[in-house]
Amino acid sequence: MSILENRSLVTIANLSKEKILQLIEMAKEFERFPNRKILEGRIIATLFFEPSTRTRLSFETAANRLGGKVIGFTDPKVTSSTKGETLKDTIRMVAGYADLIVMRHFLEGAARYASEVSPVPVINAGDGANQHPTQTMLDLYSIYKTQGTLENLTIHLVGDLKYGRTVHSLLMAMRHFNPTFHFIAPTELAMPEEYKEYCQLHKIKYIEHNDFDENIIAQADVLYMTRVQRERFTDLMEYERVKNTYILRREMLHKAKENLRILHPLPRVNEISYDVDDSPHAYYFQQAQNGLYAREAIICDALGYSLEDVKNDTTILSFPTK
Amino acid sequence: MKKKELLVAAIENGTVVDHIPSEKLFDVVSLLRLNELQSAVMIGYRLGSSKYGNKSIIKIADKFFSDAELNKLSVVAPNVSLSVIKDFEVVEKRSVSMPSELRDIVRCANPQCICNNEPMETLFHVLDSKELGTMVCHYCEKEQSLSTVQLIDHR
Repeated sequence: MSILENRSLVTIANLSKEKILQLIEMAKEFERFPNRKILEGRIIATLFFEPSTRTRLSFETAANRLGGKVIGFTDPKVTSSTKGETLKDTIRMVAGYADLIVMRHFLEGAARYASEVSPVPVINAGDGANQHPTQTMLDLYSIYKTQGTLENLTIHLVGDLKYGRTVHSLLMAMRHFNPTFHFIAPTELAMPEEYKEYCQLHKIKYIEHNDFDENIIAQADVLYMTRVQRERFTDLMEYERVKNTYILRREMLHKAKENLRILHPLPRVNEISYDVDDSPHAYYFQQAQNGLYAREAIICDALGYSLEDVKNDTTILSFPTK
Repeated sequence: MKKKELLVAAIENGTVVDHIPSEKLFDVVSLLRLNELQSAVMIGYRLGSSKYGNKSIIKIADKFFSDAELNKLSVVAPNVSLSVIKDFEVVEKRSVSMPSELRDIVRCANPQCICNNEPMETLFHVLDSKELGTMVCHYCEKEQSLSTVQLIDHR
């Protein structure tokens, strides 16, 4: 395996604690100075075999703000995969043009496979129900920014814990930092056994709840909300019974700790009432913006730039952005 | 006690795979790719066995397998006995052991996995921390049990 292949980001699960902290430090540098020319002359391909406007815009903004150029497609219907071209052939072709591939695919394991057949690094922007490591990096960065640390935090995961890949990845990434998790979900969407086994194996403390109220929220440093979707239920009567239980309302926050921050991977539908938006605890829109800095760091890391390179970067553009 | 008649003729040189559960015989033939061999292969199917009730045996002339080839058998028949024959004598007894990786031997049970949608080799990692026969797909990362997966048909 060449050095370049090793730089691919396929899953968050095998990133070391040092690597996670280094990416967070790098994201901090990019937040201070998001506009640079460090990637001038580089070409980044964004291959979206499945549409995802939010993720694509975030990656393309990151590449553009660093002076790189972006090629790619946003709609698989226009690509030759509809003519029967294999993923391997598409990747080999694009790797001949670009320095880095950012890929979203509807099949699980597609990113791992692409990273094995590609001579340039591949960043996984979501492979089916499997992994979405850049979302986890921006979640970690948001937690770090709002709490000042990743160590010894109490994190409440709320909603669909069975199918929600963001909560599974977050759980695995936090194993280095001695967290206490509260799993708050209807029985039908409870945290799967394999992740509870994972917690036991890595000595992660967790408590399970079916209720969601102000007393449970009072213990949290981070409240990570996800959507409870109707189509996930086999028993629709059960859905009708629980659908309003996992909605966060402003009055549920009056016992919350001052440092509590509410995260959500977005898009939100109704699981957070709109009256929460102007609460000082609401953080989901800033969280999305942090995705820009986290992805600037991930792109640079994949292309071989170190934290030192970013700190000593002389290509910073100093115009005020906001 | 009178020595019983050999139901499958002896071979001068080669490999004997014995105590194959009869329902697994054709999987063993496929895994060892016996159809691609040029030498003589003798198969005894559904023979009586005092120990196993009903077993099968394969004698393969002039063929000696590598550990990697034989360890594939652990997927379907972990308890076979293997003998290496030279000049009609057993010169070595071997057993199969579960490899840590299974490359292109079994199919992933997840229809949404890339390896079921692309012409490529499958790869599984065998988890020794879990109960015997638990493995995880290298691509979709789904845990599966050996007892439920299907072999890839290379014929």
